[in-house]
Amino acid sequence: MGKYLQYAKRNIRRTPFQAIAASMVMFLTFFALLIFLTLAAGSQEILRFYESKPQVIIFFKDNTSAADVNAIQNALSQEARVASTNYVSQEEALQIYKERNKSDPALLELVTANILPASLEISAKTPEDLGPIAELMSKEPVVDQVLVPKEVVANLTAATRVIRIVGLTTVTFLTAFSLLIILMIIGFKIRLKRSEIEIMMLIGAPNSLIRMPFILEGIFYAAAGALSAWVITYTLLWYFSPFLQNYLGEVQLLPVNPLFMLSLLGVSLVISFIIGGIGSLMAVRRYLRI
Amino acid sequence: MIKFENVSKKFSSSIIALDDINLEISQGEFIFLVGPSGAGKSTLLRILTREITPTSGQVSLDKVDITKIKESEVFKLRRKIGFVFQDFKLLDDRTVFENVALTLEALGKDDDEIRKQVEHTLKLVEIWDRRNLFPRQLSGGEAQRTAMARAIIGKPEILLADEPTGDLDPKTAWGVIQLLNEINSWGTTVLMATHNSEIVNSLKRRVVTLKGGKIIKDSKEGKYDL
Repeated sequence: MGKYLQYAKRNIRRTPFQAIAASMVMFLTFFALLIFLTLAAGSQEILRFYESKPQVIIFFKDNTSAADVNAIQNALSQEARVASTNYVSQEEALQIYKERNKSDPALLELVTANILPASLEISAKTPEDLGPIAELMSKEPVVDQVLVPKEVVANLTAATRVIRIVGLTTVTFLTAFSLLIILMIIGFKIRLKRSEIEIMMLIGAPNSLIRMPFILEGIFYAAAGALSAWVITYTLLWYFSPFLQNYLGEVQLLPVNPLFMLSLLGVSLVISFIIGGIGSLMAVRRYLRI
Repeated sequence: MIKFENVSKKFSSSIIALDDINLEISQGEFIFLVGPSGAGKSTLLRILTREITPTSGQVSLDKVDITKIKESEVFKLRRKIGFVFQDFKLLDDRTVFENVALTLEALGKDDDEIRKQVEHTLKLVEIWDRRNLFPRQLSGGEAQRTAMARAIIGKPEILLADEPTGDLDPKTAWGVIQLLNEINSWGTTVLMATHNSEIVNSLKRRVVTLKGGKIIKDSKEGKYDL
């Protein structure tokens, strides 16, 4: 293997511009792959977050008395489908609002507790219970609005599906494109080294010594592209983490888990070995008939 | 050691490169293959290295029919054979040292052994002081000596030389021939295709004359006679 690597290294070193071009094309493929994998994993996490919180939020009309709220809470505590309830008064709602918008004083100036409705967060035992609970609560005369996150979950599920389909299509196209690029570059190099190959064959070099450096070269280009794409993706995620986390609100996804990024690196490298290996193997079989 | 039995090679129905060749070569012989251009000399050498296979007939080396060797095993046959060509066939992007080391790399030798053997061989062919030069920086004689060093470093049983003096001046050509003679004196079989009548006549070795793909003469201490 050492000799194969030595030959592959020499091949790469002697044509640096081809090596850079090949690695850059591979970078594009893996950058797209990593972005879509990150998006898919992120949206899956967000979905799981909402699914793990089967909750109905009811907002009370103004001037709803404490007795009315208590009556509803008592009724719900008897309900088998309800896991727990949490009352959020107008004052508490104001505190939450202030906490969320503390960086923007303009938003805080005109808001008082009176304009924020009191609410009751009702946790259901399963997501299937959300519908009946919401229906039950909507009949209560003191309830102004019922918010069911079922629609949020449905929207997120649809978005995740779109991300997967678009991602898979793009990555499939780029993978095929990368395979062809590797095939073309290695094929070109084989043609360029025709006389060297001929001499190697005449002096009795085994086929493996002629073929393997080309295959390793293809793998190197793909792996270099994968590694650089991973570094760039990680850097971008790290840089934009505060902004993105602010956007995500209470769903704690960022900063991204280093273990997740390491597993992404592992997946990328495995895929790069497959793309580089298959692409160069195809070139060797096509252009190096020995 | 080498035996051609009824060997013919047709490239098309009208182009017959070899026509029913029967030839036996013993170990350690020095043979000149002579004949006009297109007589079949190079085709004979290329069949021996399995670059091409004959249309019919059998070619054996040490009683093994080389026409039947599997493609994946051909490299083992080639390790027994060294080559020297008229155009040297050196790799332009490698130094003299690296060109010669190539044979040992192909044989899977380790770096230490390669260094020692290349040094020994380059000193033997008297181009050790040119070891760091590239082929374009060498004279014709030096390039041919490099090619010969590459051919003999693997200690082949047979050395095939296809017009090795074709592009060289007479003095340099004689230097190459003396080297081939010395290699032959170690027991290596040398098969040399040439048009150089002076060399053939001076050396008084076995001469096989080809014409139109046929052997028309095979003499023990022959002369260049066409």
